[in-house]
Amino acid sequence: MTSGKKMSVENPVDHNNSANRVKGSVVDTERFKKRLAQRYRAEQRFRLYGLMSIGFGLLCLVLLFTDIIGKGHSAFFETRVSMDIHFDAEYLQITDVSSEQQLNNANFDGLIKRTWRAQFPDVKSRSDKRLLATISSSGSGYFIRDQLALNPHWLGTQQTLWLLVDDDVDVYYKSRQKGDAYMGRVNEKLASWIESLIAEERMELNFNTTFFTAGDSREPEQAGIRGAMVGSLWTLLITLILSFPIGVAAAIYLEEYAPQNRWTDLIEVNINNLAAVPSIIFGLLGLAIFINFFELPRSVPLVGGLVLTLMTLPTIIISSRAAIKAVPPSIREAALGIGASKMQVVLHHVLPLAMPGMLTGTIIGMAQALGETAPLLMIGMVAFIVDVPGSVTDPAAVLPVQIFLWADSPERAFVEKTSAAIMVLLTFLIVMNTLAVLLRKRLERRW
Amino acid sequence: METSNLLLALVMVIAVSYAFGRGRSISVVAPLGGIKTLNSLPFYHGMLTALWCAIPSLFLTLLWLLFEPKIIETLVISQIIIDGEQVSSDKLSLMLNTVENILAGTLLGIEPSQALIDAAEHLRSLRQTSQMAMTVSTLSLAMMGGLWAMTKISPNYGARVKVEKTFKIVLLACSCIAILTTIGIVLSVLFESLRFFKSIPATDFLFGLQWSPQTAIRADQVGGSGAFGAVPLFAGTMLISFIAMLVAVPVGLMAAIYLSEYASTRFRTYIKPLIEILAGIPTVVYGFFAALTVAPAIREAGSMVGLSPSSESALAAGLVMGVMIIPFVSSLSDDVINAVPQSLRDGSLGLGATRSETIKQVVIPAALPGIVSGVLLAASRAIGETMIVVMAAGLAAKLTANPLESVTTVTVQIVTLLVGDQEFDSPKTLAAFALGLMLFTVTLGLNFIAQHVVKKYREQYD
Amino acid sequence: MKNTVLNQVNSAAENITSQTVGFPFSDDAKMSVRDCNVFYGDKQAIFDVNLDIGNNEVLAMIGPSGCGKSTFLRCLNRMNDSIDICRVEGSLCLEGSDIYDPQLDVVPLRARVGMVFQKPNPFPKSIYDNVAYGPRIHGLVSRRAELDEIVENSLQKASLWNEVKDRLHEPGTGLSGGQQQRLCIARSIAVSPEVILMDEPCSALDPIATAKIEELIATLSKNYTIAIVTHSMQQAARVSNRTAYFHMGKLIEVNETEKVFTNPDHELTEAYITGRFG
Repeated sequence: MTSGKKMSVENPVDHNNSANRVKGSVVDTERFKKRLAQRYRAEQRFRLYGLMSIGFGLLCLVLLFTDIIGKGHSAFFETRVSMDIHFDAEYLQITDVSSEQQLNNANFDGLIKRTWRAQFPDVKSRSDKRLLATISSSGSGYFIRDQLALNPHWLGTQQTLWLLVDDDVDVYYKSRQKGDAYMGRVNEKLASWIESLIAEERMELNFNTTFFTAGDSREPEQAGIRGAMVGSLWTLLITLILSFPIGVAAAIYLEEYAPQNRWTDLIEVNINNLAAVPSIIFGLLGLAIFINFFELPRSVPLVGGLVLTLMTLPTIIISSRAAIKAVPPSIREAALGIGASKMQVVLHHVLPLAMPGMLTGTIIGMAQALGETAPLLMIGMVAFIVDVPGSVTDPAAVLPVQIFLWADSPERAFVEKTSAAIMVLLTFLIVMNTLAVLLRKRLERRW
Repeated sequence: METSNLLLALVMVIAVSYAFGRGRSISVVAPLGGIKTLNSLPFYHGMLTALWCAIPSLFLTLLWLLFEPKIIETLVISQIIIDGEQVSSDKLSLMLNTVENILAGTLLGIEPSQALIDAAEHLRSLRQTSQMAMTVSTLSLAMMGGLWAMTKISPNYGARVKVEKTFKIVLLACSCIAILTTIGIVLSVLFESLRFFKSIPATDFLFGLQWSPQTAIRADQVGGSGAFGAVPLFAGTMLISFIAMLVAVPVGLMAAIYLSEYASTRFRTYIKPLIEILAGIPTVVYGFFAALTVAPAIREAGSMVGLSPSSESALAAGLVMGVMIIPFVSSLSDDVINAVPQSLRDGSLGLGATRSETIKQVVIPAALPGIVSGVLLAASRAIGETMIVVMAAGLAAKLTANPLESVTTVTVQIVTLLVGDQEFDSPKTLAAFALGLMLFTVTLGLNFIAQHVVKKYREQYD
Repeated sequence: MKNTVLNQVNSAAENITSQTVGFPFSDDAKMSVRDCNVFYGDKQAIFDVNLDIGNNEVLAMIGPSGCGKSTFLRCLNRMNDSIDICRVEGSLCLEGSDIYDPQLDVVPLRARVGMVFQKPNPFPKSIYDNVAYGPRIHGLVSRRAELDEIVENSLQKASLWNEVKDRLHEPGTGLSGGQQQRLCIARSIAVSPEVILMDEPCSALDPIATAKIEELIATLSKNYTIAIVTHSMQQAARVSNRTAYFHMGKLIEVNETEKVFTNPDHELTEAYITGRFG
């Protein structure tokens, strides 16, 4: 084994030193070098544009969330004022506390006005007295009536109760806490009374349970999302019950049974098209056929669910098909080889294996359905519904529609409520999507 | 019996028939040597019995529930209307409403005529009869079906084959719902639009420049003339969608390029889902953001520079819509860019091209059909978007190209026209369906072109 | 029987030190490689290779599948940079300057050291634009007439001009396999490289197309230095001046082609060329 002549290379010579270059090499020219520098600058710029685009997208995301959270977090607290209420039986004309009729006829609003006047004995003029009573919410009368019904032994006694304040006062108080008092409809007099109440430690900020326990209301301080949440629940339930079985069934047919013919192509083309149709068109469909032709009632979760089912079906079908496709043919062949019938292969082998993928797709479809507004507006879910719906045929609103309605309201207090409702909606969506992702990761099999 | 109770009763009958069918199949072969001699498992016999019980009766229930209101209504109408009398549809629905209110006991105001009171009584009895008839017929149909199926159970009976066939048909029916839906959409939109075009000629609608959809309630009502020219709506839709695409396409494309060509795997795993979040946010949230934050900001910024943007500017709606569409463009482009084979990139890099030159001159042209298809799909999404424009764009139909003015779009008008107390037949509400027809046609067309662009121009890389 | 031969061979290969037999070096070296080691992550692919590629010579690199020939070839124009886990050690020089110098700009390097790939990969552009791509991006020409000239020259040198001169604006992907490969060769010639690296250029082509390209290589070698990786010993025998035999990442023997195929110095080389394995 001999080695030939070894050429030793000492230090690598500077590449840019043209003396080491074969003369005439094209990369040697000045022009080339200048252009090369230009090209590298263009490269950096291009890369920068890409990064900036991503930055822009993320910035918008951050802006959106900060804005919503900034506007909405205060809605999770409500201002209350404490009042010493004397449940005067004579004034209220209640002899029998258990009598509903007497309770309903009693003048609790007057009682509250009285209490206010007792609190501020210096207030003389009639208009001022009226103004004073607006500090507490207009629904306070019902509130103390219900409290009395729960605690009959309070009749004739004086109790200190915390009452909700009017939304204008609520806005004033919260902004005052932040240091930047927003007067709005609160005038000087009102402000001074509020200050004295604060000095007496009669005002405090509590967790806003009303938001989660009350239905919609014209008064912002009494408005809550409970009706909308229950409505959304019913609607989503109907959508799930209908779209999951039908979607899975359709996917199974298309993947396992469908022959290669024109009819199957037609079905597939239709599904792909429907996935791209704007949601409002489904609303028109619902309006024309379900409400107009079949005369189903408007604004009920049943019809809303039907419309949303038609919308989510393509999504579920497409993702279920992908899940079924991912099951290897070898498993099917093994089952057939033992003598299982087609239906048994599908139900006993393919379906269980494809189920995680199908569930993931369904959860994502449900998340999309939860956020839909336009088609539900079309079928009439835009009415002012106060009661919490008790069944699928009671009139209801859904959370996104509630957000839409509140966004239109002029009261400033509704801004924070709308933002808070958005936060609740987004939380649900984040939970659902995270669930889907986790499900996908955990149950992902490597074939 | 109430409908929900009826359904429960039916379910119980079906369950019972399953049990009986299964039991019978076992008992039939007990003397012959057990279930081995059965052609099909007892499960299938039971299922078949249950199916015979369920399908006819449930089908009958469905038909009954769907068509009963209409039939009863026709019967009541024929009683109210004296023969030959022509009643306008408005008056007719008023009468029907009155009858309903009498029945519910919520009638206020004037005393109704005796004919209407009689009609209310008739309505009540009709409904009662119908409910009873439905209960009896469906339950008896269910039981008959179950019994009949049970008589056929024998050792050689091919229950399994029948059950599987039924299974397949049920699956097929579910798949056909997609076709039914499309047919439903086309029919409903087309039907109502044709009714609309009876009162307003199609050329006025498609080419008219004035949009103020009022219809007179009284003949002499001021401001009652309706102009149904949809061109300002098309223009408004185009303006806002254009602004949205102007934002979404460059940002989405560059983001996709960076993520697939430059970003490290770690960066990509974290950042890509974040961008996708933008697609998952409900559009009503975007609408709120646009109306309450972006539009005022634009107005402030505009007045500082001396312009006076409207508080419902097209720019605000368009910008926010663009942000919403970014993930669509980005993920569709990402897929096609990744599909370009590495050998093309190698060929270019091997010649001494920089990365950006390779991307700009080799990768993007190769991916172009897919990118164009993605852009068309995104445009289709923008045109069909409703909530953002409803909340952030205006109602006044203006024919303008100025993004600082307020314009209205097709989708906004559909919502406005239908979200009100409108009689279903007036040209006002029918106009919404005509607009829906336009929207459906355009989006369908865009989707169709998008799919075929890809098919035709895509290079086959193997 | 084959298995035992393989075992013998592999154990013999493992015992080989980095002494390459034959004449790995050259007096007039265009590219020289010293102590080259290449790693994919933790796995080593190339072991202590020392080799020169002479000016205007055609060097063939042969060896069984997976022995690292392509990896080594891709090091010569730093195409392995695009593979994250690939690490190259040692000194690889083009005319004396280290091409792995961190200061070195890879873009002009690839203009000087061109590459033709295994599967023809013309860009989805016209034939003209395919060839013109290189000169355009490097800014080698300023006028259209100059560009036309370069395109014609390159296509002539690649023996493709007569076949395509009437359809320069048709897409390059519309040509036959052999024509596409010649187009790729024309494309790399257009930037006036000094070295052309060819990675199994004929493996995707039929025998007639292969013959044409082999003819082309002979002509090209008058003006360019060529290093060609090939799976076919016959091809190596036909086109090259020197042949290097790689085995499991080690350079076993480098000699005049005729000697390698008739009377190789190393037993492994002999085992390979006589077809006892590989």
